[in-house]
Amino acid sequence: MIDLHIQKILDGAKQTMNMDINLHINKGEFIVISGDSGSGKTTFLRCLAGLEQFSGYVKVSNTIWQDKNTILKIQKRNIGFVFQEESLFLNMTVLDNLLFVNNNKEFALKLLDIVNMTRLQNSMPSNLSGGQKQRISICRALMKKPDILLLDEPFSALDETVKIKLYKELLDFHNKFNLTTIMVSHDINEIYTLCSRHIEIQNAKVKKDENINDFINNKIANNNLEFKAKIIKLVNNEKYKIAIVNINNSFLNIKLHTNKNYEIGEYINIRSDKLSIC
Amino acid sequence: MIDIISTLDFTPFLLSFKLAAVTTLILFVICLPLSWYLANTKSKIKPYLETITALPLVLPPSVLGFYILIALSSNSILGNFLDEVFDIQLAFTFSGLVVASVFYSLPFMVQPLQNGFESLNKHMIEASYIAGKSTVVTIFKVALPNIKPALLTALIITFAHTIGEFGVVLMVGGSIEGQTKVASIAIYELSESMDYTNAHIYSAFMLLISFVVLLSVYMFNAKEKRKLFGINK
Repeated sequence: MIDLHIQKILDGAKQTMNMDINLHINKGEFIVISGDSGSGKTTFLRCLAGLEQFSGYVKVSNTIWQDKNTILKIQKRNIGFVFQEESLFLNMTVLDNLLFVNNNKEFALKLLDIVNMTRLQNSMPSNLSGGQKQRISICRALMKKPDILLLDEPFSALDETVKIKLYKELLDFHNKFNLTTIMVSHDINEIYTLCSRHIEIQNAKVKKDENINDFINNKIANNNLEFKAKIIKLVNNEKYKIAIVNINNSFLNIKLHTNKNYEIGEYINIRSDKLSIC
Repeated sequence: MIDIISTLDFTPFLLSFKLAAVTTLILFVICLPLSWYLANTKSKIKPYLETITALPLVLPPSVLGFYILIALSSNSILGNFLDEVFDIQLAFTFSGLVVASVFYSLPFMVQPLQNGFESLNKHMIEASYIAGKSTVVTIFKVALPNIKPALLTALIITFAHTIGEFGVVLMVGGSIEGQTKVASIAIYELSESMDYTNAHIYSAFMLLISFVVLLSVYMFNAKEKRKLFGINK
């Protein structure tokens, strides 16, 4: 359904990268894109939406969105986009935010009902919580009845309880409206819970492209526990380095085996089979 | 006192308000697309355009007035062209004052609007495009309602600044009764002729209007900020 080849030079904080992503995406897939910060995930999504210029092509069904001769305007692309940061129209009520996209009040109220926001239809965005704002953002993105829904880390600022509710609502929308959904996320739980296909991007190129069942099976096959830990303190010994790390508010001393230069505040993955507790 | 006020000639004030209203309207039409472009462009010509629009802030009014007068006089190419082709003479006329005021007050309209557009949440504008809305619809339905304080500041400050013009007005318009003799010129002439009573009344009137206008802007802006961003204090 979507065939694309996106090439773009990205000026990253540390280096310049050549984005080169070639993908075929089937209708109805739920794809989660993960990768390190600055690896080009958001840029990829923005290129697909037409918000960034690039060279290459994007073909959706039988329509060319971009090639050498054509660039379809953003307004003509049948997409919904949910941004990581707040993007609701602050001068409009919740209902007017939805009606601005498509003046179909019945459909707007139906969407608000699904996410239990009907009673807040006349509220202004500034009076909503973070979770409520993202719910409305998703509803607004769906008002256009898009074929493709793009989400850029929509739940990253929300707490776990709200996230779990929104996962269910997003999956319901995905199935009910027969969407092709592409979401950027760092959260491993979101990858497991939501997607049918997981793509990992590194240095603006596809590093992994796997079916979610394969992804989970690989994790199980490893038979190891993996933790994400934040380095709180680094101690240099004569023979080795020790890092004090925070794993879910539990603190551990880790002996570092590699010669890599770690920094305080950096996140590292710790596998149980490689762990040495000091 | 009432007798003095009842005999007072308000024509210069009416002329000042007419000049300010026409100038503000023209500048809004010109500056809306210009400030949108300046707020969104990454072009290399941006600093040049910003410099040109800001020049009236630093140039002495006499310099600006001198160049405008030269450009509008019938001896210049532009003045001659307007005179020959359209039978329009701009020097020492109300229309000439409008042209001069548009140049003189340009930064007071451009800069608040540009700052307002630059402060907008970029994703809000992109969301409007993704919703299928054109740039014009986005400006009027999303951008302008979300920069109401900046919009009001631009309109009011431009209006107030035009009312307060003196140097450029004197250079380009002179002091022709009922045509180019605006309030600031009238006060200058009253003062020169030592008619301090009327000069006081005219000046106090200008002071009062300016105070009320600015107070309204600041009170409205505070209210709008609370409404848009939910600030309680």
